[in-house]
Amino acid sequence: MNDQILQVNNLKTYFFTASGTAKAVDGVSFTMNRGQIMGIVGESGSGKSVTASSLIRLLPKTGSIVDGEVIFDGHDMRRIANRELLKLRGSEISMIFQDPMTSLDPVFKIGDQMIELIRTHKNLSQQEAYRTAVEMLHLVGIPEPESRMNAYPHELSGGMCQRVIIAMAISCQPKFIIADEPTTALDVTVQAQILGLLKKLRDEMGVSILMITHNLGIVWEMCDTVMVMYGGTTVEYTEMAQLYANPLHPYTWGLLDSMPRLSAPPVEELKAIPGTPPDLRLTGGCCAFYNRCPYMREICAKEVPPLVEVEPGHLVACHRQNGDKTLVRGEVNQDD
Amino acid sequence: MADIDNEQVIQVLKTILKRLVQLVPILFVVITLTFVLTRMIPGNPAAILLGPQASPADIARMQEELGLNKPMLEQYVNYLTGISQGDFGKSISYNRPVLSLILERLPATLQITLTSMVLAVFIGVPIGVFSAVKQYSAFDYIFMILALVGVSMPIFWLGLMLVLVFSVKLGWFAVLGMGSLQNGFWDVVQHMVLPVVCLTTIPTATFARITRSSMLEVVNKESIKALRARGIRESLVIWKHALKNALPPLITVIGMQLASAFSGAILTETIFSWPGMGMLIYSAVFNRDYALIQGAVLFIAIIFVFVNLIVDLIYLVINPRVNYEGGGTP
Ligand SMILES: Nc1ncnc2c1ncn2[C@@H]1O[C@H](COP(=O)(O)OP(=O)(O)OP(=O)(O)O)[C@@H](O)[C@H]1O
Ligand code: SF4
Ligand SMILES: [Mg+2]
Repeated sequence: MNDQILQVNNLKTYFFTASGTAKAVDGVSFTMNRGQIMGIVGESGSGKSVTASSLIRLLPKTGSIVDGEVIFDGHDMRRIANRELLKLRGSEISMIFQDPMTSLDPVFKIGDQMIELIRTHKNLSQQEAYRTAVEMLHLVGIPEPESRMNAYPHELSGGMCQRVIIAMAISCQPKFIIADEPTTALDVTVQAQILGLLKKLRDEMGVSILMITHNLGIVWEMCDTVMVMYGGTTVEYTEMAQLYANPLHPYTWGLLDSMPRLSAPPVEELKAIPGTPPDLRLTGGCCAFYNRCPYMREICAKEVPPLVEVEPGHLVACHRQNGDKTLVRGEVNQDD
Repeated sequence: MADIDNEQVIQVLKTILKRLVQLVPILFVVITLTFVLTRMIPGNPAAILLGPQASPADIARMQEELGLNKPMLEQYVNYLTGISQGDFGKSISYNRPVLSLILERLPATLQITLTSMVLAVFIGVPIGVFSAVKQYSAFDYIFMILALVGVSMPIFWLGLMLVLVFSVKLGWFAVLGMGSLQNGFWDVVQHMVLPVVCLTTIPTATFARITRSSMLEVVNKESIKALRARGIRESLVIWKHALKNALPPLITVIGMQLASAFSGAILTETIFSWPGMGMLIYSAVFNRDYALIQGAVLFIAIIFVFVNLIVDLIYLVINPRVNYEGGGTP
């Protein structure tokens, strides 16, 4: 069996709006293996969710994949028929959204929604589906699963709802889970439980997980590989350990500086990256980060930096990072 | 539903009780208002009853007989006492108890109003859903323009136009009366068509518009996107999930339209000589038949309150959050 489960090549997803074309995802490539957890990090608006939704073609009417290739477990996801796509969604590929409270239908009972999902993908009777649903709720650590089946979403806490959603996500034995900021809306303690649960799924069921977050801490804890996105493009892509030991892109440095660290002395201030993310209708022709980058040079405003492998397995898109280690973190334009 | 829990039952009982308690002051106001207003209609019931040849002495005797020369307050108190005992009084023009007249005419009115409502729901709601799903398509534009025309059409004008075109010019449908089953089912249908069309137009257009706008709000929700992400068939996403989420404003409007269908029926029935409550009220006003006017208006008020009660109850069933918030639990 092929070890690779997902291959994304030069994916481009644009939104065509009245005010112009927003290049939300503009040439993103990555691969994932079975049982792997990959993280996508980046600020708000960097194209993380659109990348994830594009994988299963779950885009609003104004958005479309204009170029690139998404191969999931042998399926060409851009060309596959709608009917086949619906079969994959929710069974082989499950998606978990940011806000658990809004990703369940508020006017149907939890149990009815679970049974509907299970019976959509599996040829089971109502009773069998009911039993499967209860079993799944039990599996994700929901107490008294039978009585929860009769609850409406608003009767559960956010953490419970997210567990229900994870129970639904795994109820058809998926190979792949897309988790789009699955813990952002939750309390810190609940966050840890949910992350632990996801990790357990990988360890015990061998599911691959694409984990979207803007919290590098979660990446350290969970992921095997990481892609840092900015302005719809990949700026750095490598193994988690590599990124941890040797982050190379100025934007990644910015993210690291803006992240609270337990080891840091409490007096040290967090430095948010100054400036705002680029207008996606205007990107291209330059490094998207150049207007905020302290290391910016003339060339940065003139050419798009290509994504190059600066060391084995470590891809970076920066004019000043070409492998010879001339640019060092913190030494801002010292030779200017 | 099989598993309606105790809390839900309590909610239902509470709602019914609340509406019944509301009924008392509403009815009191309605009774008082109609009592005063009917007596402000110019013209003397006794004189109208006796016709133009009657002598002043005859009229005076008649007034005495009808109890119309008693002080206003006494008449009012008598009327209230009667109502409280279930006695709606006696119609002077029909010389029969008001209640039995109303109950006799009610089915004819229900026949056209309920048919219209059912048709309006089954035509208007799907149009609204399709329009929302195909927003900005030709279908959407055409039907929303039609709906706009529909809601802005005065009912009497529509009725007269229908008569003119389909009955007078084309001769397709009968316009007078309600036909009879003895002449076959088709006779009944044929007589119903125009009044029903007349009563259906506005609600259909209203339902289409409200469904469309409510659906448009719902289809962009995360929960709908999540259903698609789970591979649920698009037809279920729209017709089961999105529609149920979009129902609350629709139910409110259906209730309102149902209530106004009864007032619309007065005009419609007069235009098409449909022998229902509308015709009854019309002739009662014409004859200054005070007891009958009061009884009929009171009856319609009661129907209003019950329609509202039903709307409330449907809310409880379709929308669990109403139940939740209404229950005052945190
Ligand atoms: N429905 C849409 N219509 C138009 N543009 C959109 C739409 N959805 C997303 N975009 C564009 O795509 C960009 C990236 O959005 P995306 O949701 O992928 O960001 P994100 O990285 O997931 O951010 P967040 O951390 O806030 O979730 C947005 O800034 C916006 O310009
Ligand atoms: S290419 Fe230039 S502007 Fe962009 S990150 Fe590198 S140094 Fe900064
Ligand atoms: Mg997002």
